[in-house]
Amino acid sequence: MAVLEAQNISIVFGGLKAVTNFDLKLEKGELVGLIGPNGAGKTTVFNMLTGVYNPTSGDILFNYSSDDNASKSIVGLKPYQITQLGIARTFQNIRLFKDLTVLDNVRIALHFNVKYNALQAVFRTSAFYREEGRVAGKAKELLEIFHIGEKQNELAKNLPYGEQRKLEIVRALATNPKLLLLDEPAAGMNPQETQDLMKLIKFIKDQFNLTILLIEHDMSLVMGICERIVVLDYGQTIAAGTPAEIRKDPKVIKAYLGEGGEFDA
Amino acid sequence: MKKNRIFNAVVILGASVVVFVILAALQYIGVIDEYNGQLLTLSGIYIVVALSLNLITGFTGQLALGQAGFMSVGAYTTAIAIMKFHVPMLLAILIGGLVAAVFGIIIGFPTLRLRGDYLAIATLGFGEIIRVLMINLGSLTGGAAGLKGIPAFSETENFVLDAVIKFSWVYVFAVITIVIISNLINSSPGRAIISIREDEIAANSMGINIAYYKIFSFTLSAFLAGVGGGLYGIYMGYLNPTMFGFMPSMNIVVIVVLGGLGSITGTVVASVAFTYIQEWLRVFKDLRLVIFGLALILVMIFWPKGLLGNKELSISGFLRKLFKRENNPERTVSQQNGSREGK
Ligand SMILES: Nc1ncnc2c1ncn2[C@@H]1O[C@H](COP(=O)(O)OP(=O)(O)O)[C@@H](O)[C@H]1O
Ligand SMILES: [Mg+2]
Repeated sequence: MAVLEAQNISIVFGGLKAVTNFDLKLEKGELVGLIGPNGAGKTTVFNMLTGVYNPTSGDILFNYSSDDNASKSIVGLKPYQITQLGIARTFQNIRLFKDLTVLDNVRIALHFNVKYNALQAVFRTSAFYREEGRVAGKAKELLEIFHIGEKQNELAKNLPYGEQRKLEIVRALATNPKLLLLDEPAAGMNPQETQDLMKLIKFIKDQFNLTILLIEHDMSLVMGICERIVVLDYGQTIAAGTPAEIRKDPKVIKAYLGEGGEFDA
Repeated sequence: MKKNRIFNAVVILGASVVVFVILAALQYIGVIDEYNGQLLTLSGIYIVVALSLNLITGFTGQLALGQAGFMSVGAYTTAIAIMKFHVPMLLAILIGGLVAAVFGIIIGFPTLRLRGDYLAIATLGFGEIIRVLMINLGSLTGGAAGLKGIPAFSETENFVLDAVIKFSWVYVFAVITIVIISNLINSSPGRAIISIREDEIAANSMGINIAYYKIFSFTLSAFLAGVGGGLYGIYMGYLNPTMFGFMPSMNIVVIVVLGGLGSITGTVVASVAFTYIQEWLRVFKDLRLVIFGLALILVMIFWPKGLLGNKELSISGFLRKLFKRENNPERTVSQQNGSREGK
């Protein structure tokens, strides 16, 4: 059973068909790349999968529980409900809580799993202290994986750009997802940083039993780590297959480089 | 860990008691005269109400301009409960808070979809509606004439003692309000609330139920404002609808902005400062409002984060530094919860 199945989803923004008849099936443990030129509709796909936009038509099924056959439609759910079911995301234009500390950014993502309520917080019950200890520990543990643990008390906005991107991933991981959606996680990073990040992404995928869908517009970046690639252009899927297949696909070459182009990667 | 907890609790309780004893004693022996004692008591009421607004505006990030409306509901409910139904004072004040909280829920839902200026206008309208309601519910509220003869907190023969008891009531409520807001904000639900202020879309994507926490914030805020209103009615001894119009709502906004949106300490300091400055400026009559307006504009321009920005004074943190105890990991949000620039 697929972790996620988008069935023929489309969305129209005031006449503009941003995404048309998009199909996607993600199997458990896959790392799939979603690529395409700028404006192709990649981020819009993420926004539909995470409830930010409702598709104009089509359905999205998500296997939310540990039972492999328990899938349900997530169309119409609010973003926070979808996150709580197990789909987490990062944003292309970093959306950290930039005036809060690194630690608080992660603790906020852990919030919906915290087992005490506002009343217990006001009375500082033992549940409060127990959970606060657990939450801080969990946050630090996740930050350490991305080597930003020692920066936990800095404001998010003061982190270098690359670390802000990492913090976004940590924050998404903190929601304990089954499916992780990364929107151009390497944007703005240099080639070395990008390589390191891609390794890290592969590592967390195995470590946390994740399924990952990764957006990138520079396709050479994802060739190395993605098992499967889907290519969007003008809101439509123009190709899907292994990196080797995609690299040779004439439609993809045309979309990226115009007529007669060729990849050197 | 456990030692830290007890240390915190003892320090906070100890500090509250020490400050209380000093202020009460100074009033009792007359070093703080009756006039200044009244102002201190009024400051305490402002602390309760201004903190309630800071919860919704400073921490949740929702600009609300109708806080005096909630105060009014609490004040009238409390006074009516005491005068018409002979409810004990403490209970009456809590009932006032609860009824105000119901109003908080009622106006919370329709305003969920509103942001920024629109929310500000809607809450402003709410404040006016309440005022008009109080004028027109004559049989209960006394209409435009209002309610007179609300019993005082105590009626001993000793005038000075009565004043000290009045102060004590307000002081206890102010301290409890500070503890409630501070403990809430420095917790996971508090961080959820702050995340709404910081970035609603990101918060939503991190699994935070935005609508729930906005309503929660509105309700608690209304409750506390209602309690503040209940105290105010008893403090004044009379009520009429003009006490809760647009200007009182703006005064509360001024306090919160001056003190710093999202700073509990700032709100406390600004509440006291505002009460005194308002008195000193009384000689200027209506010009006073112009002066406050100008002060607000100047603060916004030169000091956009208010007096204290979002910094907090932490007594236990201070003592710990003094004695070089290890840092307490629990208190990070309020000390570092971010600025409100660039919004
Ligand atoms: N909320 C929106 N309203 C109108 N048009 C939008 C909206 N979001 C995206 N679009 C349009 O949809 C198209 C796809 O955008 P996007 O998904 O961001 O592309 P990509 O992520 O592939 O670069 C673009 O033409 C964009 O302008
Ligand atoms: Mg994009």
